[in-house]
Amino acid sequence: MKISEQWLREWVAPELSTEQLAHQITMAGLEVDAIEPVAGEFSQVVVAQIISVEPHPDADKLRVCQVDVGDDTVQIVCGAPNARAGLKAPLARVGAVLPGDFKIKPAKLRGVASQGMLCAEQELGLSEASAGLMELAADAPVGTCLRAYLGLDDKVIEIGLTPNRADCLGVAGIAREVALLNRLAVTAPDIEPVAASLEDTVTVELQAPERCPRYVGRVIRDVDVSRPSPLWLQEKLRRCGIRSIDAIVDVTNYVLLELGQPMHAFDLDRLQGGIVVRTARPGESLALLDGQSVELQGDTLVIADEAQPVALAGIMGGEASAVGVGTRNILLESAFFAPDLLAGKARSYGLHTESSHRFERGVDFQLQRRAIERASQLLLAIVGGEAGPVVEAVSTAHLPQRPDVNLRSRRIAMMLGLELPGAEVERILAGLGLGVSATADGWRCSVPSWRYDIAIEADLLEELARVYGYDELPASQIQARLAMPARPETRLSLRQLRRHLCARGYREAITYSFVDPKSQQLFDPSLRPVALANPISADMAVMRTSLLPGLLAAVQRNANRQQPRVRLFETGLRFVPGEDGLRQVATLALVATGSRLAESWSAGGDGVDFFDLKGDVESLFALTRDGRNVQFRSAERPALHPGQTASITRNGQQVGYIGALHPAVASELDLGAPLYACEIDLDAVLDGVLPRFTELSRFPEVRRDLAVVVDKTVPADELMANVREVAGSYLRELRLFDVYEGKGIDPKRKSVALGLTFRHQTRTLSDEDVNLAVDQVVDSLEKNYKAELRN
Amino acid sequence: MENLEQLAAEAKAAIAAADTSAALEQLRVDYLGKKGQFTALLKGLGKLSAEERPAAGARINVVKQALQELIGSRKSELEKAAVAAKLAAERIDVTLPGRGQSTGSIHPVTRTMERMEDFFTAIGFDVVEGPEIEDDYHNFGALNIPEHHPARAMHDTFYVDQHTVLRTHTSPVQVRVMESQAPPLRIICPGRVYRCDSDLTHTPMFHQVEGLLVDEHSSFADLKGLIEDFLRVFFEREELAVRFRPSYFPFTEPSAEVDIQCVNCGGAGCRVCSNTGWIEILGCGMVHPRVFESSGIDPEKFSGFAFGMGVERLAMLRYGVNDLRLFFDNDLRFLEQF
Repeated sequence: MKISEQWLREWVAPELSTEQLAHQITMAGLEVDAIEPVAGEFSQVVVAQIISVEPHPDADKLRVCQVDVGDDTVQIVCGAPNARAGLKAPLARVGAVLPGDFKIKPAKLRGVASQGMLCAEQELGLSEASAGLMELAADAPVGTCLRAYLGLDDKVIEIGLTPNRADCLGVAGIAREVALLNRLAVTAPDIEPVAASLEDTVTVELQAPERCPRYVGRVIRDVDVSRPSPLWLQEKLRRCGIRSIDAIVDVTNYVLLELGQPMHAFDLDRLQGGIVVRTARPGESLALLDGQSVELQGDTLVIADEAQPVALAGIMGGEASAVGVGTRNILLESAFFAPDLLAGKARSYGLHTESSHRFERGVDFQLQRRAIERASQLLLAIVGGEAGPVVEAVSTAHLPQRPDVNLRSRRIAMMLGLELPGAEVERILAGLGLGVSATADGWRCSVPSWRYDIAIEADLLEELARVYGYDELPASQIQARLAMPARPETRLSLRQLRRHLCARGYREAITYSFVDPKSQQLFDPSLRPVALANPISADMAVMRTSLLPGLLAAVQRNANRQQPRVRLFETGLRFVPGEDGLRQVATLALVATGSRLAESWSAGGDGVDFFDLKGDVESLFALTRDGRNVQFRSAERPALHPGQTASITRNGQQVGYIGALHPAVASELDLGAPLYACEIDLDAVLDGVLPRFTELSRFPEVRRDLAVVVDKTVPADELMANVREVAGSYLRELRLFDVYEGKGIDPKRKSVALGLTFRHQTRTLSDEDVNLAVDQVVDSLEKNYKAELRN
Repeated sequence: MENLEQLAAEAKAAIAAADTSAALEQLRVDYLGKKGQFTALLKGLGKLSAEERPAAGARINVVKQALQELIGSRKSELEKAAVAAKLAAERIDVTLPGRGQSTGSIHPVTRTMERMEDFFTAIGFDVVEGPEIEDDYHNFGALNIPEHHPARAMHDTFYVDQHTVLRTHTSPVQVRVMESQAPPLRIICPGRVYRCDSDLTHTPMFHQVEGLLVDEHSSFADLKGLIEDFLRVFFEREELAVRFRPSYFPFTEPSAEVDIQCVNCGGAGCRVCSNTGWIEILGCGMVHPRVFESSGIDPEKFSGFAFGMGVERLAMLRYGVNDLRLFFDNDLRFLEQF
């Protein structure tokens, strides 16, 4: 909300600078977002009157004006289309300085002397754009300094009001706060009821009293719409960000800004019969003031005459019944609409107006009569006419309730940590307009009709704290009973995992949780992802079912910036829809591409491969101390290379997968080098097992190496599992230390070299012991895998 | 015996000239060995008279002993030289970069979040996480934000359907904790949150750390003290000016917005603080009694406070990052700086 400082000071004038005032109200919860001067910096600009206008001898578009500046007549060459004899306009005299440090000097335009410059609003920093000279009122005193005449030494204070403070959506409300903060009284304008000089009324019927419990109207006849609003009124509106339309609309807007009551004026002659406040009927539509026509939704409250809707209640008036040039007679509306029932309605029509903004947040429900009197008073003074009596339809039962609120003095001490003297409590609450009466343990407070945010004791505590000053409130250190928290040793921390990956050369990435539906489908074509109803853009429209699309996009972005070596990890939720509902699964994903090691004198340029990434993944499982129960099995996944992909299981449970990006996908993403990716449920690498000690053997170990030739299709880990199974209990360690394919071996077969280490806990193993075990292994491999011993 | 002197001189010169241990060994054999020249001299003593013999023998032995020592010291000299030569040959350029995997990095948002967690866990707060796709009850209703309340418009919510949203704050986690655990409660809830807004200073996803304390006598003064402490330890500025302004959140009453003195300019006014000298850093307040009631906590028995702050904002201030969007571009040139 923008407010003119001068206007505010008409109501209450603390001895504070603009900045001090702004700081004061900011600290009271009315946050000042900006302070702007109402006009640019300029000097020596006066009210002038054009006496005569002659064409310029050498320029079609310029004219030569004789201008009265009070103490002199000067000649001005001017190009403005509206320059005409009799017009009063601002004149920058020779020596004047205009915004932008523009100095006015005597000049010759196409050979004709010009002693200054007639000004447009834009040139004075009064508006963003203007079509011609600023036209001043006919009674503007010629020769007067324009700044003084328009009161331009004023500031606009822009306040970012929180939605609970609708009571401050008007000068009156802010003045009330400022007065209380400075212990001053408010000087409100006199609003004397305007006596009716006509008997004309309209009937008002409240068909939806729960939504509109009060409607106040008044007929005013014989208004002269051709009379403009006075300059002071136009200026106040302009400074508060509202454009002047005509005197009638301007007055309704003035009351809105001054008192916070949105009002409307109908052209009485365009209404058919009385006013009915009702919900819209099926099929009704309404052409609005802003030019658009809307189909009315069934739950919309409208102001209607006997024939049709004439306004969207509390939002915007209709075009057909609007006040215009030909208007003679008007009906003023000052109504109250229930905030909770109006909320969201304007938005459903794509509208947001000064009126809906206030009604949605809550207008003072006792204000309507006072507002209509204020508007009548101003209108009669400006456009003349005769007023009828005020008509009021009200359903008292449907007006907002304001139950009294109790405040216990001990709660003040407890919740604010502050002993506030009773007199101070009463001063603050009374200053806010609350009725305060003492009770046994505190006070009973009645709540004024303009406050929608005071319903419970905590609300009163906030008011006390706010006015007392948050910064003045004490601060203390918390005291607590401390119990030791459970910390399961088998649960690894995410921090540890991050540091581990970091030590292995990975950088942590954070990518958006919403992805392009196309990339989602690439990785999980069988899943229908959670789609957003209102995505920010088409490529962020669905919730990720995998972290890989995001990481691949990051790789791609880096590749495009000459960063071919990328190793990234991310942790976060993936969103997996399923038959038994949505699962939000904490997940870890890794990607690596480019050279295995950073380019260096000591590193060959070898590219990273499957086993690099697998090694990194195995190292994570090693941290759980349960790596033995993790298995990698050849598998296929969409978007991954069918021959270089494995599923990862732990204790038989599928926990993730790892693989090379499918070359077709890689080329689609413009990735030149192979890329390896892995995705694992985070729990699978964070849930560890507790170490369990086994006695160290004092006896020597015996190592035997075996090289066997088997079919290429035999998975190494199956072979090893078989060895472990049959080698007997003395086998302590099994290493696969070589795999060979090629010369000297059947092209369909491979040679696998295994190192078996045997040891006994309580005795030295004999050759017979070991030979027996090795024979069992060889037999089993021969039998199960057609293995041949190689020598 | 006159050639003893000559022979000794000759041997000394030969020993000094020997430049390998093999040559030295040969000299030892030649002079002192069983068939060596000095051995021969000793054998020749028999030709002398019994009176002359002991003195001559002693002289020979003295010379022999001296040569023995000379050979020994020459030998060790040669060995030292050999070792030195070997070491010299093994010299490497120790300034060459080391070998192995380069070290990665932790994302600045995570780094900041972990730092925040540390301060709070050190004084007995637990870290709790929760779902990011939330029902509107936990995101709004339980927090005293009814449907159509203007406060919902403040949130720019992403909707999945009419009753399901991407959480707009991590407060729903607090609600879930209050529903399932009895006070006293001290928790912080870090995590991703979502708002339908994207421009220079907003990303549709960002991170928050929210905190909640519920106990029998917690007050606004406790909240002020805790937040002031946190901001000063976080920024490591003992004298950091902190101010509390009244504000509005439906889930707290009283509510406050907290500003810190601009950490970039020290309050003098700069681009970072839009020349105000202050930076809005977090929102907080005493838990609204209706929020307690929704979660089954008696607001007469317990009081508490909540606070919430944007992690990116703190990270930007702490590390001098000037563009919010960098956090989610994942440009290596950005990531490697942390």
